[in-house]
Amino acid sequence: MGVPFNRNPDGTIAQRAFGGHTRNFGEAPVKRACYAADRTGRVILDTLYGQSVQKGIRVYPELSVMDLVVRDGAVHGVVAYEWATGELHLFHAKAVLVATGGFGKVFKTTSNCFANTGDGAHMVLRHGFPLQDMEFIQFHPTGIHGLGVLISEAARGEGGLLRNRDGERFMERYAPTIKDLAARDVVSRAIMSEIRDGRGIDGRDFVHLDLTHLGKERLEERLSDISSFVRIYLGIDPAAQPIPVHPTCHYMMGGIPTDVDGRVLDAAGYAVPGLYAAGECACVSVHGANRLGCNSLLDLVVFGRRTGRRLLADVAQLPLHEAGGEALDACRERIQRLRERRSGERAAGIRQRMQQEMMERCGVYRTAKGLEEGLDTIRGLQETCRTQLVLDYRGDRYNTDLMEALELESLLGLAEVMLLAAQKRTESRGAHYREDFPERDDANWLCHSLVYRDGAQLRYATKPVSITRFQPKPRVY
Amino acid sequence: MELTFRIYRYDPERDSEAYYRTYRVEAEPGERILDCLNRIKWEQDGSLSFRMSCGHGVCGSDAMRLNGRCALACQKLVQDYQGEPEILVEPLPSFRVLKDLVVDLEPFFEKVNWVRPYLLAGDSDPQKERLQDPAERKKLDQVIRCILCACCMGACPVVGENEHFLGPAPLVWAFRYIFDSRDQEKEDRLRKVDSEDGAWGCRNHFECTRVCPKEIPVTKSINFIKREIEKVFGS
Ligand SMILES: Cc1cc2nc3c(=O)[nH]c(=O)nc-3n(C[C@H](O)[C@H](O)[C@H](O)COP(=O)(O)OP(=O)(O)OC[C@H]3O[C@@H](n4cnc5c(N)ncnc54)[C@H](O)[C@@H]3O)c2cc1C
Ligand code: SF4
Ligand code: SF4
Ligand code: FES
Repeated sequence: MGVPFNRNPDGTIAQRAFGGHTRNFGEAPVKRACYAADRTGRVILDTLYGQSVQKGIRVYPELSVMDLVVRDGAVHGVVAYEWATGELHLFHAKAVLVATGGFGKVFKTTSNCFANTGDGAHMVLRHGFPLQDMEFIQFHPTGIHGLGVLISEAARGEGGLLRNRDGERFMERYAPTIKDLAARDVVSRAIMSEIRDGRGIDGRDFVHLDLTHLGKERLEERLSDISSFVRIYLGIDPAAQPIPVHPTCHYMMGGIPTDVDGRVLDAAGYAVPGLYAAGECACVSVHGANRLGCNSLLDLVVFGRRTGRRLLADVAQLPLHEAGGEALDACRERIQRLRERRSGERAAGIRQRMQQEMMERCGVYRTAKGLEEGLDTIRGLQETCRTQLVLDYRGDRYNTDLMEALELESLLGLAEVMLLAAQKRTESRGAHYREDFPERDDANWLCHSLVYRDGAQLRYATKPVSITRFQPKPRVY
Repeated sequence: MELTFRIYRYDPERDSEAYYRTYRVEAEPGERILDCLNRIKWEQDGSLSFRMSCGHGVCGSDAMRLNGRCALACQKLVQDYQGEPEILVEPLPSFRVLKDLVVDLEPFFEKVNWVRPYLLAGDSDPQKERLQDPAERKKLDQVIRCILCACCMGACPVVGENEHFLGPAPLVWAFRYIFDSRDQEKEDRLRKVDSEDGAWGCRNHFECTRVCPKEIPVTKSINFIKREIEKVFGS
């Protein structure tokens, strides 16, 4: 399609090392990640944009989907809100593919966009369909301290090193074979441990990512975006000074359960007619409890394509329903209710409290007590939202105040699911680490979690993991 | 420190003309201007509209004019404005205002789409990657940084005078495919931009290059296209 990947001397696509990419189950790092400088995702997006232009695909760039039209357990379309006019639109559809991405904005420190609020996943949940493995939340080890802006793992792939206040390359202690290139959860926990033990830089809450030995030229050629982020946001030259970093919420392993063709599965494991999901919002479960770097883009490309093909084949048989008036009315009422409230609390304040709470209770380290308290707080905030949430602007044009209020409901709904799933899983696995249950417990917990709504209540269930060629075993580096 | 923002406000459906409103914000020197705008919207005035998403110069949605200069609000820091009495915030010039800092980008994307921003390699579905020499790939290193933010369009004086001028970013995208060794339509692409509203419309003001938040040598790239046109078709 024309993605401008970097090249080997023989003209083939170049590959580099990335965290957790190893041969023979952890023996030694290998170069497996295809890349385009340090902006692989952005150029893939640009290439797909070009393809959609070439194929004349119609895009509605500033419409937000507010709800799915669901009838008798099948999906018949969506209701969308137009930013420019404030109008609601009903789309009849034989099939709907949810691809709304992750929801890192549940947390205070995140590498994610402001738009990553999980509307799609929350819509699915609202209609009684389950979300799967929501306790598995990836914290990327190297967010710029204070901002959360990501310093890609490419930095360590190219040879960057983590150091504590003594200048020690501490990953040698935590993962003697693979060191700074251990999987993200291992490195994030190591950083948090260093910080807790007072070995953060100047005893503070960050460590250093050292790229100084890579030299100006290599930084410019392979890590130019990263170098420029550091220059812009920290005013430092990465060739001369180390970068202050702290773990940042980065990726959701969990999401809307699907089969390998993107068909969304209900709580009993049956495909929901007309509903598909792909990308970060979906959980086809190739990443298990902890995604390796680069594998998200791989997941998108592979399962996005499979899902598209399946959908194309299914559309021939799926009926088109002209229904959905009730869904449209319900959305209109939801907006109306918000508009009519004259006093109360604005979205931003509630969101900040949620993000702070989630960071503290549902972050890299978790405990039964913290998760319990977190659930109480989040449920309290949901109640505040229901009874107090107020808009400051009631106009129809580019009303981002309204957009953020609607998104807040998604964020709080998903936060509750994450806390519940994390509370139930009394073991540590992948990115989910319970201080009160630090060991992996295959006898009881080699299973997926499912959380779904039953009336006003959330229900929790588990489902077996299908294991094929690779038996799970402990990770030792 | 306390900062004063004077922000352009306009809702074409309600206001007979645009006006400016002043806000005061407490902020740390290391914070982004985008953080300040968000704080204004969240805490003082929910009716203020602007686009934003990634917060770190990747999505290209928060281009605006800050103290007269086109920039991304997420890439400018409070400390960059130290000593200035106020920060004047306005929408990108040359674009139609939809509300406050939100402008109509349709015509911009139409121009980008017009240069055919996709590979035309003849063979439709190769089984393996098309080979490319690293030196050939290197020619694209700078232009593939473009995030379609349109800062350059706002800054270009020619765009301001002539709405038909293709403008800097679409020419960057033309460059991206003209100089991609895998593309088979080079001549056709060159012919398309060989006009007064195309590459020759650029009068080397360098304003685009000065404002580009991704430090793309925009003017230089346009000059490369001009030179290539002369090389291929004779001058
Ligand atoms: C800084 C950063 C760096 C990363 N680097 C890598 C990497 O190097 N390798 C890798 O493999 N992965 C990487 N990832 C992860 C990867 O980029 C994401 O997982 C991936 O982009 C998700 O793609 P997606 O298409 O599922 O969702 P997204 O790209 O998040 O797109 C979701 C889209 O849905 C839209 N949307 C949301 N809600 C609604 C609604 N209600 N109505 C309409 N539209 C809606 C959003 O606006 C957005 O356009 C990175 C992530 C980040 C944040
Ligand atoms: S160099 Fe050309 S494109 Fe750039 S601002 Fe000047 S006239 Fe416009
Ligand atoms: S060339 Fe630079 S300023 Fe212009 S759209 Fe691209 S990134 Fe933005
Ligand atoms: S918010 Fe994405 S570029 Fe500024």
